[in-house]
Amino acid sequence: MHAVSLHHGRTCALDGITLDLPAGQIIGVIGPDGVGKSTLLSLIAGARKLQEGMLEVLGDDMADAAHRRAVCPRIAFMPQGLGRNLYATLSVSENLHFFARLFGQARAERQTRIEDLLASTGMSEFRDRPAGKLSGGMKQKLGLCCSLIHDPDLLILDEPTTGVDPLSRVQFWELISRIRLTRNGMSVIVATAYMEEAAGFDMLVTMNAGHVLSVGTAKELLDRTRTRSLENAFIAMMPAAERRTHHDVVIAARPADVAADVVIEARGLTMRFGDFTAVDHVDLSIARGEIFGFLGSNGCGKTTTMKMLTGLLAAGSGEAWLFGERVTGGNLAVRRRVGYMSQGFSLYSELSVLQNLTLQARLFALPRSALAARVSEMLHRFELDHVADAMPDDLPLGVRQRLSLAVAMVHSPDLLILDEPTSGVDPIARDMFWQMMADLSRHDNVTIFISTHFMNEAARCDRISLMNAGRVLVCDTPAAVTASRRAKTLEEAFIGYLRDAARGETGTVNLSVSRPAAATRPRGRVAETWHGFSLRRMWSYTLRETLELARDPIRGTLALFGTVMLMLILGYGLNLDVNNVRFAVLDSDNSMLSRDYALNLAGSAYFVQQTPIVDAADLDHRMRSGELNLAIELPPGFGRDLDRGAPVAVGAWIDGANPQRGETIQSYVQAMQLGWLSGMARDRLGMRLAFGSVNVQIRFRYNPDVVSVVAMVPAMIPLLLLLIPAMLTALSVVREKELGSIINLYVTPVTRSEFLIGKQIPYLVLGMVNFILLTILATAVFDVTLSGSLAFLFAASFVFILSSTGIGLLMSTFTRSQAAAILATTIGTLVPAIQYAGLINPVSSLTGVGALIGGILPVTYFLVIARGAFSKALGFGALWPDLLPITASAVVLMVLCILLLKKQEK
Amino acid sequence: MCIANITQLGLKELRSLAFDPIMLVLIAYVFTLDIYVAATVMPETLLNAPIGIVDEDRSPLSRRIADAFYPPKFQSPSLVSIGNADLGLDQGTYTFILDIPPDFERDLLAGRRPPVQLNVDATRMTQAFTGSSYIDAMVNTEVGTFLRHDAPGAVPPVDLALRIAFNPSLEQPWFGAVMQIINNVTILSIILTGAALIRERERGTIEHLLVMPVEPFEIMIAKIWSMGLVVLLACGFSVIAVVQGALQIPIEGSVLLFLFGAAINVFATTTLGIFLGTVTRSMQQFGILMILTLIPLMVLSGGMTPQESMPLVVQWVMAVAPTTHFVNLAQAILYRGAGFAIVWPQLLDLLAIGMTLFCLTLWYFRRAMRKMS
Repeated sequence: MHAVSLHHGRTCALDGITLDLPAGQIIGVIGPDGVGKSTLLSLIAGARKLQEGMLEVLGDDMADAAHRRAVCPRIAFMPQGLGRNLYATLSVSENLHFFARLFGQARAERQTRIEDLLASTGMSEFRDRPAGKLSGGMKQKLGLCCSLIHDPDLLILDEPTTGVDPLSRVQFWELISRIRLTRNGMSVIVATAYMEEAAGFDMLVTMNAGHVLSVGTAKELLDRTRTRSLENAFIAMMPAAERRTHHDVVIAARPADVAADVVIEARGLTMRFGDFTAVDHVDLSIARGEIFGFLGSNGCGKTTTMKMLTGLLAAGSGEAWLFGERVTGGNLAVRRRVGYMSQGFSLYSELSVLQNLTLQARLFALPRSALAARVSEMLHRFELDHVADAMPDDLPLGVRQRLSLAVAMVHSPDLLILDEPTSGVDPIARDMFWQMMADLSRHDNVTIFISTHFMNEAARCDRISLMNAGRVLVCDTPAAVTASRRAKTLEEAFIGYLRDAARGETGTVNLSVSRPAAATRPRGRVAETWHGFSLRRMWSYTLRETLELARDPIRGTLALFGTVMLMLILGYGLNLDVNNVRFAVLDSDNSMLSRDYALNLAGSAYFVQQTPIVDAADLDHRMRSGELNLAIELPPGFGRDLDRGAPVAVGAWIDGANPQRGETIQSYVQAMQLGWLSGMARDRLGMRLAFGSVNVQIRFRYNPDVVSVVAMVPAMIPLLLLLIPAMLTALSVVREKELGSIINLYVTPVTRSEFLIGKQIPYLVLGMVNFILLTILATAVFDVTLSGSLAFLFAASFVFILSSTGIGLLMSTFTRSQAAAILATTIGTLVPAIQYAGLINPVSSLTGVGALIGGILPVTYFLVIARGAFSKALGFGALWPDLLPITASAVVLMVLCILLLKKQEK
Repeated sequence: MCIANITQLGLKELRSLAFDPIMLVLIAYVFTLDIYVAATVMPETLLNAPIGIVDEDRSPLSRRIADAFYPPKFQSPSLVSIGNADLGLDQGTYTFILDIPPDFERDLLAGRRPPVQLNVDATRMTQAFTGSSYIDAMVNTEVGTFLRHDAPGAVPPVDLALRIAFNPSLEQPWFGAVMQIINNVTILSIILTGAALIRERERGTIEHLLVMPVEPFEIMIAKIWSMGLVVLLACGFSVIAVVQGALQIPIEGSVLLFLFGAAINVFATTTLGIFLGTVTRSMQQFGILMILTLIPLMVLSGGMTPQESMPLVVQWVMAVAPTTHFVNLAQAILYRGAGFAIVWPQLLDLLAIGMTLFCLTLWYFRRAMRKMS
């Protein structure tokens, strides 16, 4: 690596790093938060685009796309965050199969490898559990399995054990070292926040502010800094300016004699989710000013307990009191005295640091006068002054965590409930954090209820409670807990308790599987990775997408039956017949002839007569309110004048608010008038009018009765086949971007076209099922005969759905948030399809930009095909020209998607 | 209920929106360009209607009839051979084929009434309907003038004085522009609130709100006022700047009254957005459910085809949709110049629907919040 730099906007993440890392070793990368560790790792993995400098990984240049393709099957990357590259709804084995397919493994090979990995990680029992339901430690193990599936030569792990309990952490590293035993020469690069772990690595790279501070073994580092623990060495490595703010955490002893009142009291707190007991009869009693540590393996019920105490979750049974008051969902007074910080740091990513703090302060109704002062005090106290205007997502984890804490404390609560506030935070920041906790507890008498995975933090608590599988195993002072196991350290005691508990539960699970992990694994390289288009890799994404669709039956059901419902309503409701025209007569003549005129209109099937109009004001009012579509005004002397042959004028007022309807009514009235006149002329005057001397025989083709159903039902099929598949696909890519699993596209051999087409296929199939349903509905329920070629219609639908899913993919590719993708898809499909595609007005009659839009919309052409095949008895011969633009659009859309999608993060 | 909380949470929503540039661009587009395009595209029913003429007579009269069709109502007619006529209809090249039979002029002069055949592609409903009666009248006029030659015939004794109220020249842009605004109001208010709610749920920030002294009611009303305000302002801008300004469409009634109605409507539709965001679990479900709700709201509320032509069942179903009443209201105020005295029943309907929906949604929302996490 030579002079590698990387900038995010104006901030510089990496600044001219030059580094040589030898193969075959475990190399640790340590440093405070936000110094560029993750950026460095993702660059090495090829997930991020190289901006400046030269980077060679496994022998060649990473800026070269061909080399990246060639080398990526030899690299495995596990991103930061619990299970961030996994798919939550897929089961453990489905996730593994997904990754194995991406690396082109055939079934037999996949099976053996997966069995092997599951056995060696002790996860065989959980193979069918969805990844989202695994505990944090298990997620990380699964993530590791997924990374190891292809026997990489280089394993890159970004904080793999952050947020993982000590026992799982021990197991995780045991697993890694076993794997390394069998795979000599595998290099591992790890970023970690645990100094105990770092001590075991072959080599350590320390980083700060985008620079490398030192490279060497742990021992060298200790020698150089003349410190005894890595934690201290790390602190000593920091520039003096940063070190100055650091001092060892000093927690004054709690005055023992204080008869403090109880702040948190819980009795028999229990919570069940289905048949799974998350929290099982937990009793707690925490005094004012106490720092109470809450420990336990991942998924043991800590978070659930905390949520019940805050009233976020109604307790299944049992009771809890805060400040002596029963915890209920709606107690606002109690909420004012509690500060809560959840595991995920729920900050508003679209608000700046300052805005987040201010919002919180306002919601807690801080007096306006004190508000600004308090907010700036918090900014200062948590050292957030210099990032006050930054967005939380741009900040490193540790700073975000400080912000979260500031937010939780802005209203000076009496009780702080903190759920793993220090996960992923560097030692300096953690110490600073703890000093604050200590001050709050001792000076301000704030009660602190905190969960953590760090044992040195647990040791600082006044009392700790150890939880496992929903039950509290032990609750005492840290020293007493350590003593009770006759252990040397708290960690040892803790692991001891957990191992006991695990044995008690399942009897025989041997947590330290001794069998060498890969003893039976087929040796030699993975089958040569195919660099062209691979059906297997594509299929992997297809399967993944299908499974996700299958796990969310509501979505599929909505897509299929929602459209059927919609077609029923629209087929009947979208009616273009102009009938039931409401009219009334203002008859100022009231003679026989005038009454006859009105009767003539009323006799028509199109008109419905309303009560007569009284006067001009009545006419105006009723027209304005929309009660009348047509008002006929017969002047005084109408009959007399007509008899005499004097010119007579009939007034007809038509509501022109809806121009189309107005026009139709107009032609109706004209025709009725003519009919009446010629009838009258014949009967009374015995003369024939020259008018109407040609008999125009109008033949309504394809739809002889001119009923809307015939015209509209076939048109509904294109409309629905556009909107639903487009909306289904619209979220497929952007969702991976939001949830982070897009990283799999970056670091595995899957190509962009495989990724996109693989995602498209399930929706294409769903769309075809939809097409079949709608066609059956049209013919069976609406009695619209499919007179043309079914085969051609089927083929055309296929191409059309290709195109509409392509629209969805395109929207998904260029937007960054799911909400924007939804809005863009709606505006891009719904509006033009209804207005410019010829659904109601033929495209040839459109003008302006709309005509242009209508001309390029694939749905325009599919409408012609659908109507042609249904009503006009046409097939390939007449309709093939309309299939061309649809095909072209499908191809163009896919090409655009591929071009817009990036194979690396910027 | 705490007004300060509602204000603060609403301001937060506005800030979030301001932070999403793609969203802002889409909103701007929807209330300006989109309206403009919709207004200029919507044709009069008979505009550039494609017509083909099979002239088997080839007489002065048949040519005279053919010449009577010219733009803008019709495309200049093309002469089609009898063999190609069907194909032209099949492929949709023509909506109308007028077939003038051999010896048409001679037969007519001989006092017979020879038939003229008009073939119409009836799958193009609106055009077929209006066009055919129009063509019928045109042919008859031409023939009539031809027969009367120099001697003007008897004028029909009764003159029909047709007056189109509210839109004298039946100009389509008037209609298209306002209906498009209504559609966009519906789309935006549903997506803005619904998607914002789901995003908060997916990110876990809503949970954070629930440990604060904030009630679900306040969260909900904050989203409604803030997003509603955005939509309402954009809608007002659109009516005044785009419709009245750029498009020069005269508006009969009071714009303020219209906006007042729009405000009540937006209250109902934003609530609907929250409702959809509450009953669905993920953005994916929301997307589908939203499309399925939007289509009938756009197509069946009377903005595209009049309600009275729909089957009764559909009318009943659509009577609970706020947009149905809003379309009615908008047409009455903007085109027919109706005042409060005329439209108060619709306003009341809208308010009733909005309130009912609000109570229902609040109940669901509270329940969902309790069951969350």
